[in-house]
Amino acid sequence: MIHSSFLIPLFPLVGFLILAAFGRRIGNPMAGWIATLMVLASFIVTVLVFASVAAEPASARLHVENWFTWLTAGQLSIGVGIQVDPLSLTMAMFITGISALIHCYSVGYMEHDEQFPKFFLYLNLFVFSMLMLVLGENLLITFLGWEGVGVCSYFLIAFWFTRPSAASAGKKAMIYNRVGDGGFLLALFLLIDKTHSLTFTTIFSRLSSLSSVDLAAVSLLLFVGAAGKSAQLPLFPWLADAMEGPTPVSALIHAATMVTAGVYLMCRVSPILHLAPDAGHVIAWIGVATAFIAATIGCAQTDIKKVLAYSTVSQLGYMFLAVGCGAYDAAIFLMLTHAFYKALLFLGSGSVIHAMGDEQDIKKMGSLRALMPLTSATFFIGWLSIAGVPPFSGFWAKGDVLSNAWVVSPALWVVGAFTAILTAYYMGRQYLLVFFGEPRWKETGEGSLHPHDAGWTMSMPLIVLAVLASFGGLINLPFGSHLTFLESWLAPVVGASQLHNTDSTLQLWLFGIADAVFAIGGATMALALWRNTVNRPALEPRFLSMAWFLDASIDRFIARPSSALALFGATIVDRQIIDGAVNGVAGLFKVGASKLRRVQTGYVRSYALVIIVGLVVMVAYFMIRSGL
Amino acid sequence: MGHASLVMATQMSGIAAQQHAFPFLTAIILVPVFAAVLVAAIPRDARRLIRAVTLAAAIAVLGITAAVIDLFRSADGSYQMLSNHMWAPGLGISWTVGVDGISLFLVALTSLLFPLVLAGANARQNAKSFSVWMLLLEAGCLGSFLSLDLLMFFLFFEATLIPIYFLMVNWGHEGRNRAAMKFFVYTFLGSAFLLVGAIALAFMHQNQTGVLTFDIRSLVHTHVSGTEGVLLMLAFTFAFAVKAPIWPFHTWSPDAYAEAPASASIILGGVMAKLGTYGIVRFDLELFPHATIMLAPVFLTLGVIGIIYGAMVAARQRDLKRLVAFSSLSHMGFIVIGAFALTGQSVSGAVVEMMNHGLYTAALFLLIAMIFRRTGTFEIPRLRGLQNCAPVMAGIFTLVMLASIGVPGLNGFVGEFLILAGTFSAHRWWAVVSILGVVVSAVYMLWAFQQVFHGSRDADSDAVPFRDVSTRERLVLVPLIVLIVFLGVYPKPVLDRIEPSVNQLIAHVHQVQSTGSSTVNALSPMEGK
Repeated sequence: MIHSSFLIPLFPLVGFLILAAFGRRIGNPMAGWIATLMVLASFIVTVLVFASVAAEPASARLHVENWFTWLTAGQLSIGVGIQVDPLSLTMAMFITGISALIHCYSVGYMEHDEQFPKFFLYLNLFVFSMLMLVLGENLLITFLGWEGVGVCSYFLIAFWFTRPSAASAGKKAMIYNRVGDGGFLLALFLLIDKTHSLTFTTIFSRLSSLSSVDLAAVSLLLFVGAAGKSAQLPLFPWLADAMEGPTPVSALIHAATMVTAGVYLMCRVSPILHLAPDAGHVIAWIGVATAFIAATIGCAQTDIKKVLAYSTVSQLGYMFLAVGCGAYDAAIFLMLTHAFYKALLFLGSGSVIHAMGDEQDIKKMGSLRALMPLTSATFFIGWLSIAGVPPFSGFWAKGDVLSNAWVVSPALWVVGAFTAILTAYYMGRQYLLVFFGEPRWKETGEGSLHPHDAGWTMSMPLIVLAVLASFGGLINLPFGSHLTFLESWLAPVVGASQLHNTDSTLQLWLFGIADAVFAIGGATMALALWRNTVNRPALEPRFLSMAWFLDASIDRFIARPSSALALFGATIVDRQIIDGAVNGVAGLFKVGASKLRRVQTGYVRSYALVIIVGLVVMVAYFMIRSGL
Repeated sequence: MGHASLVMATQMSGIAAQQHAFPFLTAIILVPVFAAVLVAAIPRDARRLIRAVTLAAAIAVLGITAAVIDLFRSADGSYQMLSNHMWAPGLGISWTVGVDGISLFLVALTSLLFPLVLAGANARQNAKSFSVWMLLLEAGCLGSFLSLDLLMFFLFFEATLIPIYFLMVNWGHEGRNRAAMKFFVYTFLGSAFLLVGAIALAFMHQNQTGVLTFDIRSLVHTHVSGTEGVLLMLAFTFAFAVKAPIWPFHTWSPDAYAEAPASASIILGGVMAKLGTYGIVRFDLELFPHATIMLAPVFLTLGVIGIIYGAMVAARQRDLKRLVAFSSLSHMGFIVIGAFALTGQSVSGAVVEMMNHGLYTAALFLLIAMIFRRTGTFEIPRLRGLQNCAPVMAGIFTLVMLASIGVPGLNGFVGEFLILAGTFSAHRWWAVVSILGVVVSAVYMLWAFQQVFHGSRDADSDAVPFRDVSTRERLVLVPLIVLIVFLGVYPKPVLDRIEPSVNQLIAHVHQVQSTGSSTVNALSPMEGK
């Protein structure tokens, strides 16, 4: 079965090609079902491959398949191929699984859209790229997938391209990511220079040829790439704008899968990070700072999707905190559970937006609990999970991250724990404003609204995800090694670089109780403050609703000066200085020539004269010099 | 010893080159010339016949080129399919043509783009003289890439100016006269330096060996001392720098690209720009390795400035063709740093990028010409919302744009990646700064795409429907799209053929550098005169 692993990325690629060729003829909803089926097939193959790999002894769970040579130059030869190991399989399985669910949801969500087939065309291309990213056997294939998902993200954010805000948001996402890509590329060049390879296994065997400065540089440059893709400080403003895309896109790309690519990359290169502990500290601190800042911003947003967007940034920050501490399995654990509950929350918000007639302002919602019982119940589970209320999945995953952070530095733990309170609070605020209180949507005069739960294509994924969000913690329970399935499963890949957390059972219980108190405390605060109140200006300061003015500052201090500089280059430097010099020289010749001959003979002749005279002089010079 | 064996190897491979009964390379150059003569003899009213003959000739050249690629021995880095005929023995000028990994794909690019241009961007009026000029231009470009005789190269290099000048003046846009004149004078001035340099080099060679020849395979062994080398190299490079163009010798290009008709813009940006960069790799590196290494930091710096400057200035253009002109300046910067970084990877990358840039630039110009045909404007602010009316065109434009930005999986990435990886290991900081260009290239391209294709069309322009690409237009674009994707996914066949020649060139450069520096001074007969 392992040799069939090429089928995993092949199915979505075939789906993409079919839709590219015949998409418009296949039409709605068949195009959507073909795309869904392709991803489902890919998921089934992944599960089968997973089963056969799991049957092997732990030390033999690495299979590299090389298909053909991509680039060669000198000593460097980079192939196209995939690497099947516990990490890549974990990623592939959750990507194809969640993607299949979201494809199914989209068939319902996008049913009235004119560009229906094109939507699924992009989605399949995205899944293919994402699978190449996580399955690639070398860093250049990872980069191929990396750019591929970035391009699909650009297409899908700007999917409703007639809206200028959507078009600009797509462009913004691509440009922010491009900044990160610059770091990624430099890391690749440094690795090529030192190890003459980009194949993971080869690089890791040649790490001794890298100095400690090189190792730190590679780690941090790759992190710059990861920060772009995974929206970490200071490269996160694009993710809030990315909410312009259709909601299933936000769920799939901008919550569950693509934005976690940076975390995957860090785990994949864990042997390098392991040798660069200082870089690890930088990553941990940027991660926890991002988690905190994004959580504060989440407290003051009024757009249902932007709350979730900043929440995603914050959760990604937790994952990088884990990575920086060397707790790679905790990072993956949180990534998986986050994929469940955040996809659930996004899809739930999509149902709400649908029911509200495309209204996204939570201040204009309210009291939907009774009208949309299924959405309300699943959203509630999502809230408890992300808040970290036991026994929902988020409790176990976030607890794992925080207890590891404590080992590295209690200061990291303090910021992380405070952020946990904020998380429970801002998600509670959102849940209460949407599903409790007065039905404020009736006030807007649109009496035509009759909110209700959506059809089965949209409800089924909600139920599946709610189950996963509730019980996802089971894959890695911290009660002895026979229950830490994920940790043991990932050990062959990240085990050697892993932080050794020697917490005793008592410590684990104490951490667990503390986490539960933070979660319930935050949730209670939300209940007390937002149960029946819609506006609390003191809790929603402009500083927070404007996202710490980061976006505005980047625009003011980087984008606009660069643009002005470019204008200066285009108008003054190019037209007046460089071209002016050329014209000036030409003019001098012209004046000289016309004085010489006393007649204005036109351009060609005077230039030709000057050139010929110059030519004779130069030929003569060289003839004399060379002794002729 | 090492030097001697290299000389032996070069000569051996020259002798051992396979003899084909059919002179493929000579035919590639002469077919368009004969076709031009033939077209000139056809009455001007027989437009269909004129077009048929022209296109048939261009396709025939493409066919012969395909045969050449097929017969090309990929592991052999030396010149292949040589043919040699003395022209003017007294002056040392000969008809010497040959192809190696460095020129092979530029010949292929030229042979491909001409039939596409003739099929897709033909002139509405005066088809006869248009066809004649196009065919002569093709012969000139191909002759430049295939000549191994320095003077013959110069003649072809110069000869391309006349047809392109008339194409611009007769079929160009409003400001064509001034733009064409500026282009002509500027490049002609550059060429003058090249001619002087070529003659001087030949005389120096004659002085050392007693043989007057312009054959570059002999001129390679000329001993050039430091100062002379630098002067000669600068004379050659000035010509190439103007042609490419390299910053700051580029100011003719936005005007020329913008005012030229689509057909001429495609050839200017796609093929003729490569005459400059090809000249650098073929002549600067091979003939003046010493001076090249010495001056490399200067040209690396100019290249990096070009990359960033071109990308930034492109972001503020209102005219689509000017935007592509500055984007080309930026991409030429990549080729320049690749060539002057002097590593196997970077030079291979530069050579492959020359072809790849030709492919996506040609596709961009074709698409822009299609937009112009429908709307009558190149002005970005006057275009909006085209994706709604023309989704297929928008899709193709997106693909080409992504290739130009350098997204992996498409052809633009291959060269850019190899250039930067190679430059990074030899001249780290230049590569680091160049990365900025990777970021900014996304800015201007996506900005232009958003302006032109996204949003909704204005109410008044809705009255005039904007057609999507026609079947005929698709046929012209398909070969380019197929190559853009194929060469992005599987560039190996190309790289395999480029690499041996590049390795030989790099070995030559470094050998002269390491062994030649002392002996050159000792042997140089010019010292002390």
